[in-house]
Amino acid sequence: MSASIRVNGERRTTAAETLEALLRELGLDPGVKGLAIAHNGAVAPRGRWSQTALRPDDEVEIVRPARGG
Amino acid sequence: MSVTSMPTASGSGEDALHIAGEAFRSRLIAGSSLYPNQQVMLDAIAASGAELVTVSIRRMSLEGYEEGPLDLLGERYRLLPNTAGCETLRDALLTAELARESLETNWLKLELIGDRETLYPDVLQLVEATETLVKEGFVVLPYCNDDPVACLRLADAGAAAVMPLGSPIGSGMGLCNPYNIEIVCRQSPVPVILDAGIGTASDAARAMELGCAAVMLNTAIAKARDPVVMAGAMRDAVAAGRAARLAGRIPRLDHAEASSPRLGLIGS
Repeated sequence: MSASIRVNGERRTTAAETLEALLRELGLDPGVKGLAIAHNGAVAPRGRWSQTALRPDDEVEIVRPARGG
Repeated sequence: MSVTSMPTASGSGEDALHIAGEAFRSRLIAGSSLYPNQQVMLDAIAASGAELVTVSIRRMSLEGYEEGPLDLLGERYRLLPNTAGCETLRDALLTAELARESLETNWLKLELIGDRETLYPDVLQLVEATETLVKEGFVVLPYCNDDPVACLRLADAGAAAVMPLGSPIGSGMGLCNPYNIEIVCRQSPVPVILDAGIGTASDAARAMELGCAAVMLNTAIAKARDPVVMAGAMRDAVAAGRAARLAGRIPRLDHAEASSPRLGLIGS
C-alpha cells in the first residue's frame, strides 16, 4: 500500500504506515536527539511515533534545532 | 583587571540574573547564528560567557544528517528555542510545542513578526500568544517593542521576562530610544532583556546602565571582523554596565564642578 502525503512541504509517496516507519524510509534515525514531528498541525510525541498511523494527504513536519538568534 | 571580576555594589560578589526562579551567572544571552564557521561560533560563545544560547526550530534536511546546534552546544549550554520568523499565532504556537518536544524545555523566546521589512513584533498577537503559552506551561520570554505599555501588558499576560528591541534586528543601530528602555526597566515587574540592535560593546554597557537585567545579542558578535574578541568585549561591557548600574551614576549637572580643591591654589 502506498499513500501520497506531504513531508516538510513536499509531496511524496510513501509505503510507511506509521511516523516511525516514515522516518526510517527517509533514512532518519528515530533515536536522534532533538527531532520533533508535527502531524496534521499538532505535535506527535516521540513515544507515539510507532503507533501514529499515516493516512493519505497527511501533513508531516519533521524539525530539529537550527542556528538562531 | 577584567571588569568581570569587579565587585558588585552589594559587595556580595554574587549578582545572579533570576528568570522564572532560575539563577544565571551571566547576563549575556548569545545567539547561535551567522558565524563564519562552527569553530568561531564555539569560541565566540565561550568567550561571551553566555549560559543561555538561542536556537531556532527548522525543518530537518531530508538529504542527510548534519551536526546542528544541539550536537555542538547542547552539552555545555542551556539552549533557548525561539519562534523566529513566525508571523501567525498558529505557527508560533506549533513551533513552541515542537521546540518543547525537541529540546525538552518549556522555556521559549517568543517572536511574532508583524512586518518583514522592519521585523517589528506584532504586539497584538504577541500578548495573545504569551497568554496562551503561559497557560500551556511555557516560560515565555517575548521579543517585543520598546513600548512601556506593551511590556506591561506582556508581563500581565504572564511573561517571565520582556525582551524589548534596542533597534531593528541585525541593524547594529544600538539603542534608538534609550529613554523608553529606561522607562521599561523602571516599570517592568519582570526582568528586562535588551534584545536586538546592539552594534558594539558600548551599546551593551548602555543597556545595562539603563537598568536592563541582561542583553541578548547575536549579529554584533557573529558578524564582527573578529567575533571571538568581540564576544569578550561584550562580556566585559555587560559586566561593566551592570556594575555601573549597581554603583549608581552621578547626577548630570548643567555646569562645571571642579574636582581639584580651590584651597591652596597659588596666587590666590
